Amino acid sequence: MGTGVQRTTRRQLLSAIALAGGTAALYQAMTTLGHAAETQFTGPPNLSGARKGSTVLVLGAGLAGLLAAHELSKAGYKVRILEFQNRAGGRNWSLRGGDTYTELGGATQKIGFQPGNYLNPGPWRIPHHHRTLLHYCRQFGVALEPFIQFNHNTYIHSSTAFGGKPVRFKAAKADFEGNVAELLAKSVNQKALDEEVSAEDRERLLEALRGWGMLDKDYRYVSGLRASAHRGYERPPGGGVNGAPIPSPLLDFHDVLDPQVWTSMGFFMGHEMQTTMFQPVGGMDMIGKAFARQVQDLITYNAKVSKIAQDRKGVEVTYTDTASNTVQTAKADWCVCTIPLSILSQVDMQVTDEMMAAIRAVPYSGQVKIGLEMRRRFWEEDESIYGGHSFTDQEIGLISYPNNDLFGRGPAVLLGAFAREPGAYWLAGMTPEQRIEVALAQGSVIHPGAYRKEFMTGASVAWSRVPWALGCCARWSEETRKEHYQTLVAMDRRIVLAGEHASYVGCWMEGALLSSLDAITRLHKRALEA
Amino acid sequence: MMTRSILFAAALAAVAVPAAAQAPAGGDTGGGVVRYRQPTTGAEVYERICQACHMADGQGATGAGAIPALANNPKLSGAPYPIMVVTRGAGAMPGFTGMLSNAQMAEVIGYVRTHFGNAYAKPVTEADVAALAPAPPTPSH
Repeated sequence: MGTGVQRTTRRQLLSAIALAGGTAALYQAMTTLGHAAETQFTGPPNLSGARKGSTVLVLGAGLAGLLAAHELSKAGYKVRILEFQNRAGGRNWSLRGGDTYTELGGATQKIGFQPGNYLNPGPWRIPHHHRTLLHYCRQFGVALEPFIQFNHNTYIHSSTAFGGKPVRFKAAKADFEGNVAELLAKSVNQKALDEEVSAEDRERLLEALRGWGMLDKDYRYVSGLRASAHRGYERPPGGGVNGAPIPSPLLDFHDVLDPQVWTSMGFFMGHEMQTTMFQPVGGMDMIGKAFARQVQDLITYNAKVSKIAQDRKGVEVTYTDTASNTVQTAKADWCVCTIPLSILSQVDMQVTDEMMAAIRAVPYSGQVKIGLEMRRRFWEEDESIYGGHSFTDQEIGLISYPNNDLFGRGPAVLLGAFAREPGAYWLAGMTPEQRIEVALAQGSVIHPGAYRKEFMTGASVAWSRVPWALGCCARWSEETRKEHYQTLVAMDRRIVLAGEHASYVGCWMEGALLSSLDAITRLHKRALEA
Repeated sequence: MMTRSILFAAALAAVAVPAAAQAPAGGDTGGGVVRYRQPTTGAEVYERICQACHMADGQGATGAGAIPALANNPKLSGAPYPIMVVTRGAGAMPGFTGMLSNAQMAEVIGYVRTHFGNAYAKPVTEADVAALAPAPPTPSH
């Protein structure tokens, strides 16, 4: 490790590289050294010089389709978009008071939220390294605000620990780390690690464990003011006569080892879950609306695609105008198809057998989200929770608190479920009224009393039953990636696919955009060579 | 209906799925561990899993694409076809190997083949499912 020889610092090295090779070399070097490798976005594609009169048909007005249309129009193509719904944005979507949503099976919800409140059924948070999305939000004037991803004061709930009662995240986290630190310190002091760790580093490690784990002078993690400084107090520090703090008792170590504790802690370590995160001011669909504004004259709504044909000269798409129930065709030289694979696998499509197999090989997930409007912000007013998530091992998965209008006095909408896997299928199979009842029953375990008392109205979206998606997003496996991914993203003569399903940033808006930029860049190159 | 459904759910034992098995396979997810109640009978598996898409009456639905009806469906006359679809998936539908046990899949396939206007009485066994089930997929980004 340290040799005492003065080494060139990383910054000195990078400065030298930048001087010698310019910014491209700098970026390359930074990537190699572990910096700047957070996204494959290097800027907008700046395509130009399309052949005069060249045409492109874009299928789907979600983010991938809208961005493809925007950039290809700028490059000089004549673009037309066909969209199944009567709105643009796709899974970038918000439900507000006055909206009506009918799911497959026919259940219709009339959303009753107060003005300004919303549920984001699909995407709801944006990682700071999703630079493509952030770039276009800025370019298209979408105002972003912080999404409060990490909050120490929320709850962790496990039905198999702490007597089934929720405990504060900070307390469980502090006790997990404190106990681990104590055990590791004990191992060091019992000379169990002498072979692995040098004498100097054993000292450094002990110092770190005492500081990180809030251990006492004897390397024990005990109830006291030190531990309470991380986990919270029985009586917090105050002023005057009773100003002295009273420490809090520790949680039972067996309970602290419940997997709900470490998985909730580990959740925030995931690359895509790290702070800072963002959300659009006013609802997620502000992004879809801003993208749609760039190309609004190009969109044909209510178009249900039934056939995609191609020959050496061009592409012909057959669709039903669902408003007039008439069958129509649209032709173009090229096609960017962003229809989710869940739908596309049922469309009569003239592509190679290998491409069709790829389209049919990828199943879709079926998450469920439930928004609950509460009369007042009891989580803020009574429990000092401002944004963030409480984790539960019940099917609802979590409660997430709103990040907007903090300290507001009026009704607010919290996310009462973000269910996945079997829990999502169970909720999806219910009526909207039954889903709300389950969300209230399970949420009341975290917030007894106030949850039902303050409830006003709710809305749910089960992605398995979303008529235009039949699922939330593509679920690749190592096996399907290996067998089908490169086929799926390759141009099939005059057709190229784009969307989150054609990326390795699956299930995120960033994946849809990166896929779109890659697809249209290759399409443009092919069109110029043709 | 609501009360019956929720009471029924509460009667099922909550079974933990190992935390490591719930590692997110890329994409946005809620985090933490969820302990799913494990259904046993065919009717329970149908209610907790299948009716999310195929609907409580087995009629499926149609939007931009279609979810096939299971009701009165002659494709269910032989057991191998539904076993293949349930274990391996088809189009948007995921394969359930790994999420459901072979016994659970056998129960629900038997249930669907004898309900919703279907009358294919020959039982489906766990061994029938095991013979056709693939290895569970490895989660990927």
